[in-house]
Amino acid sequence: MNATDSPSLPAVPDTVARRSPWGEVLHSLVRSPTFLTGLGILLFWVVCALLGEHFVPYDPLDADIINTLAPPSAEHWFGTDQLGRDVFSRVIVGSRDILTVAPLATILATIAGTALGLVIGYFRGIVDDIVSRVLEAFMAIPVVIIALLAIVALGTSKITVIVVIGLSFAPIIARTVRSAVLAERELDYVAAAKLRHEGALHTMFVEILPNVIPPILVETTVRLGYAIFAVATLSFMGFGIQPPSPDWGLSISSNYGMIGGGFWWTVLFDALAIASLVIGVNLVTDGVHGAFND
Amino acid sequence: MVFLGGQVLPGNVGRAILGPFADQRAVDALNHSLGVDRPLLVQYGTWIWNFLHGDMGTSYIFRAPVAPFVIDALGNSLKLALIAFVLVVPIGILGGVIAALNLNRPLDRIISLGGLSVTVLPEFVTGIILILIFGVWLRWLPIAAAWPKGAGFFTQIYYLILPSLPLFLVLFGYIARMARSGMIEALDSDYTRTAVLKGLPWRTVIWRHVLRNALLPTITVIATQTGYLIGGLVVIETLFRYQGIGSLIFTAARGKDFPMLEAGILTIGIVYAVATLAADFLYSVLNPRIRLGAEQ
Repeated sequence: MNATDSPSLPAVPDTVARRSPWGEVLHSLVRSPTFLTGLGILLFWVVCALLGEHFVPYDPLDADIINTLAPPSAEHWFGTDQLGRDVFSRVIVGSRDILTVAPLATILATIAGTALGLVIGYFRGIVDDIVSRVLEAFMAIPVVIIALLAIVALGTSKITVIVVIGLSFAPIIARTVRSAVLAERELDYVAAAKLRHEGALHTMFVEILPNVIPPILVETTVRLGYAIFAVATLSFMGFGIQPPSPDWGLSISSNYGMIGGGFWWTVLFDALAIASLVIGVNLVTDGVHGAFND
Repeated sequence: MVFLGGQVLPGNVGRAILGPFADQRAVDALNHSLGVDRPLLVQYGTWIWNFLHGDMGTSYIFRAPVAPFVIDALGNSLKLALIAFVLVVPIGILGGVIAALNLNRPLDRIISLGGLSVTVLPEFVTGIILILIFGVWLRWLPIAAAWPKGAGFFTQIYYLILPSLPLFLVLFGYIARMARSGMIEALDSDYTRTAVLKGLPWRTVIWRHVLRNALLPTITVIATQTGYLIGGLVVIETLFRYQGIGSLIFTAARGKDFPMLEAGILTIGIVYAVATLAADFLYSVLNPRIRLGAEQ
């Protein structure tokens, strides 16, 4: 239909029809208040992680031993901790470690999970049966327990945390990819690729992969939320991110012992920062999920 | 699997206990007395054999049998988990049902969004905020789950309310969401329409027809949360300094106390298996299709 046939209709439907599927998704994303709110929160913390140290009033690692545990004031907005470090500066810069470790873990999980899911979804049969059972067994163990064991075995470092979280989340992504691949592999274009005698690798990664990107993208954003949850929890437990990093979970774990003394400002702002980041990522996830399923 | 994780990966046990500066002969002697210098397969056989006979091994750190520690800790954790469950199951289901009955109205939005937000927050974050509100500012509840020796039943519950709340919040979102979607599906079904059309009072329709069908998937979800709950307990028990199975595993892992670690993890493995089995059983009892199918 074009404008000359029915002049009464506005031209808008035409432009909508011409938009690519990805343009469609983008279009509904920028109009979703949920997504935009989440993105705003997330971007705020990303900017803090990248540039925070240039605009905070104090060096987050600078101890001021005559001014310890000072309550919030005009000088120290969020007060100071037990070493006299400025809590406001620490909260701002504290986003850095979690925003490095959690996304890297998520990327690792996505790559490993996608490759695994493509293989078991494509070959099905006995490969699928065996691998799927192993993945299910793995998924039944809580991440915290896997992390505890791995950290006892390998020692604590950021790399260990990335690998542990990445590998514990990979089975979940593999399961999602597998079910998407199972639907795709019955379609004509896969049969065509087989008729052209394309190899299994080519069919999986060149033909099928581009068509299962949307569910992978949604699952990745979901996992990012859980990865932040897991990294924060592990650094609270004393694993992974180590002092003197101003990381939020770490700060809470080194300060909550004094909570009974009423030094609430040493933990409250870190807790709120984690809460805002987690909720921000989940709002983004909700938006992305909605945009792909409209 | 747990055993392999504990035994193969950590390397030299004696070295880990005595520290990097200990004399090599002392390390060897300790390794020998702990039996960790024997071949792996022999160790594994002995361990399984003893575990099945109720002997969980001897703690490297306390130099005492592991079993009493594990049993005590498991009891404490069950108390905490039970309080969280007793609170969350009825309230979570009620929340989901109310949300579904007010679908897309403000009350539904508040319950759904609120439930979702508290579910995604790490337990120690909600825990800290709750401690600040109820323990430090209002001073209503004690901030550590350490009751005086010989405290009675209600005192113990009083001390456990605050630690159970973060678990409650995480589980509330899941349970309410499942109950809500189960309710929506049941409300939308043909049998509900039939029940309404044959003139049954709304109350009867909800109680006899909708709820019964709506709650089946919810029960399954509650059981699958046992695995989560165990992970959550590690965090909560550390935060509230509570001597449960989670903090036992945590302390054992930090101290490289492998017999304790293995016994703790095997114990939660068993708890997990029992919980899953119980859920399957409950599901089949509640679902007439499975119950009657089995009798035929």
